[in-house]
This record gives sequence, structure tokens and C-alpha cells, in this order.
Amino acid sequence: MARAEGTAARREARTAYLFLSPGLALFLAFVFIPVVAAFYLSFCRYDIIHSPDWIGLKNYARIGQDLANRGVFFLSLRNTAQYAIGTIPVGMTLALALALLVNAGLRGISLYRTTYYLPVVTSLVAVSMVWMWLYDPGYGLLNYGLELISRAASAVAGREVVIPPQTWLGDPGQAMAAIVAMSIWKGLGYNMVIYLAGLQGIPNHLYEAAIIDGATPWQRFWAITWPLLKPTTAFILVVSVIGASQVFAQVYVMTNGGPNNATTTIVHQIFQNAFSFMKMGYASAMAFVLFGIIFVLSLVNLRLLRGGDVEYV
Amino acid sequence: MRRRIIRPTLLHLLLALGAASMILPFLWMVSTSLKPEAEIFRYPPVWMPRAWRWSNYSEAMQAAPFGRYFLNTLIYATVVTVSNLLFCSMAAYAFARLRFPGRNALFILVLGTMMVPGQVTMVPVFILLKRWPLMGGNDLLGLGGHGLLNSYMGLALPAAVGAFGIFLLRQFFMTLPRELEDAARIDGCSEAGIYWRIILPLSKPALATLGIFTFTAAWNEFLWPLLITSQDSMRTLQLGLQVFQTQYATRWDLLMAGTVVVTIPVLILFLLGQRYFTRGIALSGMKG
Repeated sequence: MARAEGTAARREARTAYLFLSPGLALFLAFVFIPVVAAFYLSFCRYDIIHSPDWIGLKNYARIGQDLANRGVFFLSLRNTAQYAIGTIPVGMTLALALALLVNAGLRGISLYRTTYYLPVVTSLVAVSMVWMWLYDPGYGLLNYGLELISRAASAVAGREVVIPPQTWLGDPGQAMAAIVAMSIWKGLGYNMVIYLAGLQGIPNHLYEAAIIDGATPWQRFWAITWPLLKPTTAFILVVSVIGASQVFAQVYVMTNGGPNNATTTIVHQIFQNAFSFMKMGYASAMAFVLFGIIFVLSLVNLRLLRGGDVEYV
Repeated sequence: MRRRIIRPTLLHLLLALGAASMILPFLWMVSTSLKPEAEIFRYPPVWMPRAWRWSNYSEAMQAAPFGRYFLNTLIYATVVTVSNLLFCSMAAYAFARLRFPGRNALFILVLGTMMVPGQVTMVPVFILLKRWPLMGGNDLLGLGGHGLLNSYMGLALPAAVGAFGIFLLRQFFMTLPRELEDAARIDGCSEAGIYWRIILPLSKPALATLGIFTFTAAWNEFLWPLLITSQDSMRTLQLGLQVFQTQYATRWDLLMAGTVVVTIPVLILFLLGQRYFTRGIALSGMKG
């Protein structure tokens, strides 16, 4: 009997490995081995034509120098941070506010949910193209909107109020803000739907009890909704930080990093160095810096948000 | 009594305002795509073109081999979707239902791949595909040709399986009742038979969710096709849109027509499969 069980267990394990083999083989070929290879390349000079040339820590030293001299990689780090700080807090707050509104028991929820989700399923390239047209300094809809606002303001104030047309993507001071605004617009629906799922998991009787105790909506939000949404907030925050660290397509399409490197990002620099300048070793070193940043930030986020998990029964 | 009318109206107003800002860029895209060039550069802008210019669409489609791009994108997205459904569900079945040494370690390893940004592996994967032995004119050492660059295999292989899919399906498989499988096992059904005849048919909603997510992501993918395809005949739709942007000017009418064409298939897919999108988010986000 024990032996029969042994063979059964062995057969089960064999089946399991068989089922896992295609997936694991693909991970091995396209994730695990490439990570090791990239780590090796980050210590090499490599232009894809000649074989890799070991140069020790020079790529990392170059990154250090670039940071010290406020070079292009420093700018890309700064811009990526600006993008993250610009998109995440505003995007999450708006998403939560919308989810609360949608969840307020009105009719027609599914229509709103669908509408807010439309930009999420549309490709970043398509969305970027449309927004470039909206941002067009000469004929774009946004500058026209500014004109309408100035006209309305003039009428209200009884004197001429002028908001001049903006250059948006063409202005080094505005380009990143313009990309941030578009990205918030695109990602809003995704975060809203996650928050909605979280809200729907909060049992109704908690609110009923709070109402009986005379709690105001504001108190109910801070005492029930916010603490119970903490895992949802943690999830969105981690995913958003990872996504923001890797921002690329909208930059590539809308500004290609310009004007004057005002919108170049970490991944844009990795891409340019690897495939335009053929500095694949240097690009790999940058990629590991990015990897490190994402790793540390994810740990910090989870640590910050894990403390004090609340459960009401 | 008055509050019961005012409050919902106010909320609806806020939500509708937001919804309008979501829709407006799409309407502007469609409007521009149907205008003659003279009306595009009119100020103040007009929303309704005086005469709808459908020929923008045929002109846009002729500016580049869009038929070919469409086919390429369809093949790429379909292959990625089918392979993800198959390989992710197989792995998920093993993780959810079978006992074997190293199960937890392997599962953590698989989840760990989600932490690795694609940019880290980008360069080595590119080299690996370029030097794939015996393909695309390469010899046994992977030299002499272009390997899997500019091929459907090269586009699809690196995305053929994903940790997210494995995780999602494993979560779903674990919620299925075990009674059916136990009965089948007593009747002498093999593990492969249980996976194929019991688990997969019961998991149609989860498979639909993963399928729709994967297809949409592949359809919209930009960076990887940009790297792996240099020949015009292998490019995808997302890359094709760039033909309307030259150094000197952008043909906004044609670009917007092209953008509409590229966007419509995923929008249709989304509207048909909406409930699977929201379910997928609930499955992946909440149980983590």
C-alpha cells in the first residue's frame, strides 16, 4: 500500500512537471537567462556587432558621473520622478472620488463605468496621437478652450481677461505636465474599477451601524471606508509606481524626450542608448538601476501600507 | 424630500462632467478624421464637418500597407492569446491541484518574474532572437542571418506565457469544487483528462477574462514590435500610425482616420466582453 502510494505520488509529480514545462521553459529562455545575461552585459562594452568587451564597473561609474554632473541620465531620473509625483497622487485621489460617486447607489452606474474605462483599453499610441492634436498650439482644442474661458471670465469680470494660448508639448516647462495630464486621463478608469471592486467588498452593515450611531458621511469615510480600502490602495500604489517608473510610449510618440530633454525618461534613455547609440552595456547598467529603484520602492510601499491592517467583523 | 432629488442630480452632474471629458477626445478624433484639410485648420474649430469626407479613410489606408499591418497584428495577438491560454492554464493546473516537490519555490519564482521590468531583459532577448540557431538564415551558432527578428515567432515567443495569467487562473482553479475531479479520478481518468475535460470547461469565464486581457495588451503593444520588426511587411498597426507624422508636418485628418481604424477592434472587443474586464480586475487585485 505504501509503495503504491509512492508510485502514485511520483506519477503526480511527473505529470506536474510535464504541465509546467512549456511555461517554465519560456520563463527560462525569456526572463531568467536574459536577466543574468543583462547583468553580465552591464559590466561590458557591447555594440551587438563586436563581441562583448569586459570593462568592469565603468558603465556604473559613468552613471555615477552623469548623476554628479547632472547629465542626461540625471534628467531622465528627475523627469521620471516628476511624472510619478504628477500622476500618482492626483490619479489615485480622482479614481477614489469617482469610485465613491459611482458607488453611491445611483442608477446608470454601468454606463459611467464603461465610459471611464474607454481610454484604458485604447492603445497608448492612439491616445498619444489624439492628445498631440488636442495640444496643438495653433489649432488644438485645448487652446481654444482657454480662449473660451478667457471670454467667459472677461464677461464675468467686466474687463478684459486674457489667458494666452500655450505651447504645451513644445515648451520645456510644460511638456511633462502635458504628458502627465494625458496619462492621468488614460489611467483613471483602471484605478476607479479596482477601487469600485474594493468598495463593493465592504459589508453594508458597518455603514448602517455607523449611521445609527450618528456618524457623519465624513466620519464614516475615515472610520470605515478608508481603513478597509487599505489593501486596495496598496495594490494600486504598487502597480502605479511600477508603471510610472517604466513610462515610455507616450514620451516616445509625443515628444521623443524633448524639448531639450525635458521629457526624456529612464526607459527612453535605455531605449535610446541600446538601439540608437548601440551602447547596450551602458543601457543594461541603466536597466539595473531602474530594477533596483522599482524593487526598493515596491518594498517601501508594501511596508508602509501593510502596518495596521484593519478588519471589522 | 428635497434632498432626495437634489443630491442624486448633483452626483449625476459631476459624473456626467467627468464622463464628457473622457468621451470628448474620442469625438474630436472622429470629427477630425472626417474633415477636409481646410476645415481642420479653421479657427474657431468646428465640431461637425460640413461635408463628411469618408475618403480620408481610404487615403489613410493607402498611405502605408495597413492591410498587411492589420493581418500582422491579428496574427501576433491571436498567437499570443492562444499560447497564453494554453501554457498559463497548464501551469496553473499544476500549481492549483497537483502535489510535487518544489511547488512553492517554483510558484514564488514565477511570481517573481512580475518584478522584473521588461527593459532589463530587452537587450538580451533581442540578441537571443537575432542569434536563434538555424532560423532566418542563421547557422548552428546563430550567425549569418537575422534569426527570428522580423518574424511572427520573434514577436510572439517572449510574450507566450505570463506570470499574471498563471496567477489569475490558479486563483480561479482553487475555487472550483473538487468533487467532480475526485469522481473522475475514481473512474480512472488521467490528470491530463481531468485538466482538459473538467477544469477547462468549468473555467470558461476565467479563460475569457485572460484571453481578452491578453489580446488587448498584444494588440496595443508598442515597444516590442518597434524593436523586433524593421521590415515594413512585418510591422504592426501601432507602429504604422507613425507614417502620418513626418519631420515637417502631420496630416491630422489621415492620422486621426488611422487612429480610429486601429482603435475600433479593441473597443468592440471591450464592449462585447466588458464583464470579463471587471471580473479580471476583481480576481487579480483583491485576493492577492
